[in-house]
Amino acid sequence: MTESRPIYVPASAITVNGTEQNVRRGSTVTDLVAEITGRHIAADGHATDKQGLGVAVARNREVVPRSQWSGTVLTAGDDIEIVTAVQGG
Amino acid sequence: METEPLTITDSLVIDGVQLNSRLIMGTGGAPSLEGLGAALHASGTELTTVAMRRHSVTTAGSLFDLLVDRSIRVLPNTAGCFTAREAVLTAQLAREALETDWIKLEVIADEHTLLPDAVELLDATEQLVARGFKVFAYTNDDPVLALRLEHLGAVAVMPLGAPIGTGLGILNPHNIELIVSRAGVPVVLDAGIGTASDAALAMELGCDAVLLATAVTRAQNPALMGEAFKHAVIAGRLASQAGRIPKRELALASSTMNGRPDL
Repeated sequence: MTESRPIYVPASAITVNGTEQNVRRGSTVTDLVAEITGRHIAADGHATDKQGLGVAVARNREVVPRSQWSGTVLTAGDDIEIVTAVQGG
Repeated sequence: METEPLTITDSLVIDGVQLNSRLIMGTGGAPSLEGLGAALHASGTELTTVAMRRHSVTTAGSLFDLLVDRSIRVLPNTAGCFTAREAVLTAQLAREALETDWIKLEVIADEHTLLPDAVELLDATEQLVARGFKVFAYTNDDPVLALRLEHLGAVAVMPLGAPIGTGLGILNPHNIELIVSRAGVPVVLDAGIGTASDAALAMELGCDAVLLATAVTRAQNPALMGEAFKHAVIAGRLASQAGRIPKRELALASSTMNGRPDL
C-alpha cells in the first residue's frame, strides 16, 4: 500500500540568486543547476545533450568549477549565484 | 595592375586569433533579439560582447544561442563591476559559463560617469593575467595608463572616445593618437561613438578596431546603422593605411597653371 502520510524530507535553506529557497538535504550544485535550467547534467558538469549550458555557479562568492558541481553538496546558509550571458557591453 | 583589396588581406589579430572585421559589437540596449541579430549581421562583426547576469527564465540561453548560430565569437565583459574583486569573480564566472579566456575588463568608478577606475583596473588586470585570462582592458584615454596595462599583460587596450552611451565621439583625438603610437598591442577605440564618422576617425587615428553598442542598438534603424559602421571602419582603416595629405594653411591648386589658355 502506498504511504499516504506526508513524508518529511530534510531540507537545507539556501539563497539562490538573491532568493531564499529550500533544497533537499544532500543536494549538489548539479541538482540545483539541473532544476533551474531544466537540463540533464552529467557528472562532468556538461549537459547530457552536448549543447553548451552557458551558465556558471558561484558559492559564497567563489566560483565552483563545472567539474566540481557533482561533488559539491549544498549546505544550509549557502549563497549561490547562477549566471549566464545576457545583452551588454 | 590591380592591387589586392586591402580589406581582404588586412585582418586584425588579437591573441593569435584572426578577425576579418575590425568592428567589435556590444549587444546592450537592443530592444529585441531579432533586431539585434539583424544589426549584428549587417555590421559584419565577428566578435561581440556580452554581460554576465543572474540566470532567469527570460535570460535563458537565447543570446548565447544567437551568437553561436551566427558564428560570432563571444567576448564576455565585467560591466557593472566597481572593484577588482568583483571583476575577477565575474571573469571567472564568464570563463566557466562561456569557455573562453577572453575578458573585456571594465571596472567603473561610479554610475554617473561610468568612467574606469584606474587603480582597480590595474589591480584586476594583474590578477586576471596571473590567472591566465586574456585581458581586453577598457581604459581612460590616458596614454600612461594604456602603457601600464600593456606592461601588465593586457592583450588589447581599449581607450574610450567619450563616456559610455554618450555618443559624443572622440573627445581627445590627440591622446588616442598618442596611445596608438606607443602601443605594442592592438588598440580598440571603445565607448562614446555616436555615428559612422566617429568610427572612421578612430581608424584614421590608427586604432586597430572599434567597439560600439549603443550607436547601433539605439539607432532608429539598427540594421542600417550596423551597415554604416561596417563601411566606416573599413574606410577609416583604408585611409589610415593610405597616408593622408598634410594639412596646409593656404590652398594648393591641383590643376597646373602651365598651358593655361590666355582668355
